[in-house]
Amino acid sequence: MFGKLDWSAIPFSQPLPLITSFVLILIVIGLLILVTVKKWWPYLWHEWITSVDHKRIGVMYCLLGILMLIRGFADAIMMRTQQAVAIESAGYLTPEHYNQIFTAHGTIMILFGAMPLVLGFMNYLVPLQLGVRDVAFPTFNSVGFWLTASGALLVNVSLFIGEFARTGWLPYPPLSETTYTPGVGVDYYLWAVQISGIGTLITGINIVTTILKMRCRGMSYLRMPVFCWTALASCLLIVATFPILTAALAMLTLDRYADWNYFTNTAGGNPMMFVNLVWAWGHPEVYILVLPAFGIFSEIFSTFSGKPLFGYRSMVAATLFICIVSMLVWLHHFFTMGAGPAVNTFFGISSSIIAVGTGVKIYNWIFTMYGGRVRFEVPMLWSLGFIFTFIIGGLTGVLLAVPPADFLTHNSMFLVAHFHNVIVGGVVFALFAGLEYWFPKVFGFGLHPTWGKAAFWCAFVGFWVTFAPLYVLGLLGMTRRLQHINIPEWGPWLYVSLAGVGILILGVISQLTQLVVSIRDRDKLRDVTGDPWDGRSLEWATPSPPPFFNFAVMPNVEGEEAYWGIKLRAVETQQLAPEPKYEAIEMPLHSSVGFFTAFFTSVFGFAMVWHIWWMAILALVLAFAGFVVFAWRDKHEFEVPAEEVARVDRARRMAREAFLARLGEQGAVP
Amino acid sequence: MRFRQGGSRMGGLHFTRSALHRAYRGSVLGLAGIGLAACSGGVLDPLGPVGADGSKILINAAVIMLAIVIPTILLAFWIAWHFRASNRKAEYLPYWSYSGRIEAVVWSIPTLTVLFIAGEIWVGSHRLDPFRPLDSDLAPLEVQVVSLDWKWLFIYPQQRVASINHLVMPAGRPVHFSITSASVFNVFFVPQLGSMIYAMPGMVSQLHLQADNPAKTWGISAQFSGDGFSDMQFDVTSLASNDFDGWVAAARNGPTLDRTAYDGLLHQSHDVPPMTFGAVDPHLFHAVATQRIPPGPGPKPGAPPHAGREVTPAGKD
Repeated sequence: MFGKLDWSAIPFSQPLPLITSFVLILIVIGLLILVTVKKWWPYLWHEWITSVDHKRIGVMYCLLGILMLIRGFADAIMMRTQQAVAIESAGYLTPEHYNQIFTAHGTIMILFGAMPLVLGFMNYLVPLQLGVRDVAFPTFNSVGFWLTASGALLVNVSLFIGEFARTGWLPYPPLSETTYTPGVGVDYYLWAVQISGIGTLITGINIVTTILKMRCRGMSYLRMPVFCWTALASCLLIVATFPILTAALAMLTLDRYADWNYFTNTAGGNPMMFVNLVWAWGHPEVYILVLPAFGIFSEIFSTFSGKPLFGYRSMVAATLFICIVSMLVWLHHFFTMGAGPAVNTFFGISSSIIAVGTGVKIYNWIFTMYGGRVRFEVPMLWSLGFIFTFIIGGLTGVLLAVPPADFLTHNSMFLVAHFHNVIVGGVVFALFAGLEYWFPKVFGFGLHPTWGKAAFWCAFVGFWVTFAPLYVLGLLGMTRRLQHINIPEWGPWLYVSLAGVGILILGVISQLTQLVVSIRDRDKLRDVTGDPWDGRSLEWATPSPPPFFNFAVMPNVEGEEAYWGIKLRAVETQQLAPEPKYEAIEMPLHSSVGFFTAFFTSVFGFAMVWHIWWMAILALVLAFAGFVVFAWRDKHEFEVPAEEVARVDRARRMAREAFLARLGEQGAVP
Repeated sequence: MRFRQGGSRMGGLHFTRSALHRAYRGSVLGLAGIGLAACSGGVLDPLGPVGADGSKILINAAVIMLAIVIPTILLAFWIAWHFRASNRKAEYLPYWSYSGRIEAVVWSIPTLTVLFIAGEIWVGSHRLDPFRPLDSDLAPLEVQVVSLDWKWLFIYPQQRVASINHLVMPAGRPVHFSITSASVFNVFFVPQLGSMIYAMPGMVSQLHLQADNPAKTWGISAQFSGDGFSDMQFDVTSLASNDFDGWVAAARNGPTLDRTAYDGLLHQSHDVPPMTFGAVDPHLFHAVATQRIPPGPGPKPGAPPHAGREVTPAGKD
């Protein structure tokens, strides 16, 4: 009846996961009770869960990403503690538990932490920056988000029912085949990543279509903000490479479920094929994350220097250059498999060539500040911290791209330090900078700057104290993923690293405090103008938060930096453009199909993990039925009457006029 | 049980005397200083020619890049500070966003740096190709390596002895390793000797290493291979030629590694102490690499239905 599932799946004998799951379940039940008692369900259902508004979906993506970052960080604390205490002893985590933790840490941080945040930023910002009212396929967008959430749910269910994979975040066969890992951990991984991967692909298709087909009048390609360019490059990579991941995981799934032999040790299976396929996705994945991060920094450097981005066309060229070359470098993840000097040379050089594109970007950001009036607000602190951290990460990256140097450092703690250097220093710093920068736009009030500065300094110092020792450990020969340590000389470096984690914890606390304090003081931090940072792209032309239709009248763009042009004209003439003639707007209807489908997809994934075939078939049919019902829907849009549009926009114009008068007095804009 | 030799042979001292290197001698010495303090016993403290070459390339590439990276970081912070909003003496150029000359420089600096690095990559990849035999007057010693769950088997086909978790090699003579796996992926890595390479089932990778002098060090697996991975560490001893012969003679007293003994090794076990075998089937390695002997069976079957949660006790199996 229930396949492999029985009571032994609950970790009664292991206090750590048991207590964690218990607390998590209590929190979820508490939240559900709170929502029910406060009668928030209708609001949540109509305004969020079934929303197809790209801004709401963007916010939900970010919320999911932040929750998962915290979960992944908890894993990181356990790992660093384990390695610090398990020097010539067993530590407090058994191998079977420790191996799940580092696997979960990698999977969650990349696929359920960083990815949703990046997708959330793209979802929220791209339509606003392009001057349009939604993405190309709004309901599809909601399906994509909920499928990602479904994957995240499955990963977290594995904490309480069964186990998670113990193979590393990329489950290399033959270790991940049933012979060597018979448990359900790898199956949880496969279905969770597969389901969320489809969600990501949907969002990728959506953003690419939006950028290619839906820009407002006058928004030619070379007038798009750089963030849109990086979003386009990132989503092109998603569309190009996520199918490879889907195929590779599908083959591994067939090996595990149907005794096929794609990657097995025996019967002609070839495990190296999996390694090639998974990195053909895995390396572009890094750029899927980091390109939008570059876009975020580009916006911030330009805004806080009070200048246009230096070398805009160069930036676009570098972005596309990285986008293409990133698909030609995957073999550098396994130089040490003995491909031969010619192959290694090719991939070594192609990998270091990426540093040209990145180097150009760094110099362009530096020259954006040249001749500017640099304001050291919190987003700018993160950006400067990024410059330092990312350059060092790039340096060690190029070292790893030199095959003979990689022969000494592959899979070592040096590698661990390197990729945290670029992913934390590049992607995570960008996401925090971006959260700080766009928060007032999204919620209508800003974040408390003092706590923001505290968070930055703790994260920056904590990062270096945590990861600098790992570089040394790598050079001392320490490999990654060790559950206990047999060489006592490594101890001091592991202790320093643990102290760094302590500083990082202070950073996380500062960040959470900042959020609480800012919500408490929201009236003081209110953004009434819609343009709190003296911005330059179209999202700052809307009020904060923007109305659900974004723009009352579609903007007409007449140059790069669309909003800056409008603002300059308004300041020169000391008046806003004349009031347009408002017309009724058609907006897409909300739909529950995304939530419905993802709910049954989660059930399907769970049933497949535990071999409950009847439930899997039923859930799959119901998930598909959601689409069928949706396809029969006759009415897709509703009309926002012209009076309503006019009312909202007149309020915006009043705020702008007051803002303009103030600007005129101060002469803030040159 | 794990030992290593403290040493002060530093990669930094192997510098060629090109002008570029002299110009950055300061930073090299700085690096060497940090290296001396921090890295004795690691990859920057090599015991043989492969490790020495590899660490030299590592440091050369780092120095080439530091020459660009340090000025860039300083430039970034100087510009950010000089053009701070409160510094009204700094020029404000609100529309300055393009300069063809700067663009040209900006594209050429990283390009030139990468050209240098590409040279290192090209030359280094060919010279340090793990499959390439080392230059030496002496014929290499053959050692066949099999990674098992979770221990290393070293077979000496010429001597017909074998050992578990203890690699013994003659000092000053190249060793040719043929490496395969009898279960999952592992990486054969002796940090102080140099290059690592994957051990993969059904495939044989090759590696040439040499220890110049008698020394003791250790090796490790650099690819996660399951619950016993942390103890896939092995002792490495290089002995003077006579002592090596002595070790072989002593090893002959050990038990025979026949098919039964090998089947025992195929089963999973943790933290296996070093031991030797006195006689070995000369075709054993070939049979393992071609999988005529099937790969290891993985976790013990027949445990009560574990509902997906396999519990293996930590430590000894």
